[in-house]
Amino acid sequence: MESLLGFGIFFVSFAGIYAILALGLNVQWGYTGLFNIGIAAFFAVGAYTAAILTTPESPNHLGGFGLPMIAGFVVAMLVAAVLALAIGLITLRLREDYLAIASIGLAEIVRLVLKNEEWLTNGTRGITAIPRPTSVTFFVIVAVAVLVTYWLVERARRSPWGRTVRAVREQEQAALAAGKNVVRFRLEAFVFGSALMGLAGALYAHFQGFVGPEAFEPMFGTFIVWVMLIAGGSGNNRGALVGAFLVWGLYAVTGFVATLVPPEFATQASAARVVLVGVLLIVVLLYRPEGLLPESRRVGPGPD
Amino acid sequence: MDIVQAILYGLILSSIFALGAVGVSLIFGILRFAHFAHGDMVTLGAYLALAVVTLGQVSVWLALPVAVLVTAGAAIAVDHVVYRRLRRTRPVILFLASVGVAFVLRNLVLGIWGPQNLVYEPGIKLPMQFAGLRLKIDQLVIIVASIALISGLALFLRMTKIGKAMRAMSDDPDLARVSGIDTDAVVRWTWVLGGALAATAGVFHALDTRLQPTLGWDLLLGFFAAAILGGIGRPMGAIAGALVIGLASELSTLFLPPVYRSAVAFVLMIAVLLIRPTGIFAEARR
Repeated sequence: MESLLGFGIFFVSFAGIYAILALGLNVQWGYTGLFNIGIAAFFAVGAYTAAILTTPESPNHLGGFGLPMIAGFVVAMLVAAVLALAIGLITLRLREDYLAIASIGLAEIVRLVLKNEEWLTNGTRGITAIPRPTSVTFFVIVAVAVLVTYWLVERARRSPWGRTVRAVREQEQAALAAGKNVVRFRLEAFVFGSALMGLAGALYAHFQGFVGPEAFEPMFGTFIVWVMLIAGGSGNNRGALVGAFLVWGLYAVTGFVATLVPPEFATQASAARVVLVGVLLIVVLLYRPEGLLPESRRVGPGPD
Repeated sequence: MDIVQAILYGLILSSIFALGAVGVSLIFGILRFAHFAHGDMVTLGAYLALAVVTLGQVSVWLALPVAVLVTAGAAIAVDHVVYRRLRRTRPVILFLASVGVAFVLRNLVLGIWGPQNLVYEPGIKLPMQFAGLRLKIDQLVIIVASIALISGLALFLRMTKIGKAMRAMSDDPDLARVSGIDTDAVVRWTWVLGGALAATAGVFHALDTRLQPTLGWDLLLGFFAAAILGGIGRPMGAIAGALVIGLASELSTLFLPPVYRSAVAFVLMIAVLLIRPTGIFAEARR
């Protein structure tokens, strides 16, 4: 019973981190139509920023600041936001596929830097000894972070700002004609969403107590977040939450099944899990592209 | 001398980039989406050739045409099952579906062949030496065969009826449709050519390096960079783009750690997007 509760806390904490990633992506893609497939870049930068700021001094990587966790959260969001600002300024004026390709390129560069700049990140061995709260404390921290994030993005969605970015997504010409600075709104949404991804990264660092470049490969850094948002319902924040928990749940269940497979087939089992997630994405796109909880079509103020 | 050697290696890489980038550009021109699974189609082709080599005990050069045919068939099959049904939606949805296809393909390869490095034929082939430069026979074949294949493609697009139809559809899909072009046939041919060139690129790259489930993924950024550099949707521009990206990647190793080779493509691409978003080799709009 106790171990079941322990697993429940672990699962919800991990899914909560992904929920924040999915909410960040919802601001970018769901609200504004920005095609970011470099989520891993912002996630990783957030995680490493928090790791470097909060760890004790180590000869293996930059650090020794020993700052409190909260400082790590704030700076992680700032660094992710600055990175998003730089990349957004270059690509958001262009057509949407260019942002996609630029963002995946950015994610690859970030991963290469994390893997190879040993003075900064200890390379493939990663950063250890990141302060790790007890699982219950961490559960509370993630729960608060998810709720605050949800409240923020939902508030943004209902605000005039939220209506404008949706107008930018649906009818760019009309938004321009209404005197809206389309590029500026896109940039704001991109930076906002990326800062949330940086926060998720910082949470991840304290959750694991360890960060290494492996965790930020395209599958877990980017791809699974897309599956979560599309399956849950792009444009709908509750959909993003439901998608994150469902897809992560599905992944956890298949992981449990994979432990029953003899160890010599471990590679096949983990490959089959990724194939399953890929097939899920394709099936959702083909048969229910609006997701489980579709976006509300209502416009204008008031509850919906 | 190091520079000349790097240029030589750059030409090999350019050849492989060109084979992939031409496909990306063709698919973009005709189907209007950035085909994210192209890298993993390259991987698939390379491993299919390996299957023929191990099962049939034949040389890789005999396995190549089989791999090319099967990959082209697989490309048509994926289009039929996935992309065809999404054609009426927005291009980004197609792009996203191709991300799913990419992960499925790569992990099928990983599940079947495993994560370890593989080669077609064991043993070390010594490079030829001339004037202080090193070049393997395989590498020479890669360069020559790539030039021949791409010249063949250029002739195909220029001379044959279906090639002309492909160019027409790339220029103006609606006009092509109303003027009686069989758009389904054009789409099929696009996948045949894209898949065939991708498989060839995969076999060539595996010959030059080794087989690895991320083989094609590692090249994908270069394909897109070359295609964008050449003005996306213009297959012949992609060749010039591939030349720039391939040479720049190899030359960068003279002053950068080689692990950052693939980052050079990205940085160049960003630079082009900043200066000339239509691509440096794109013609001015008439």
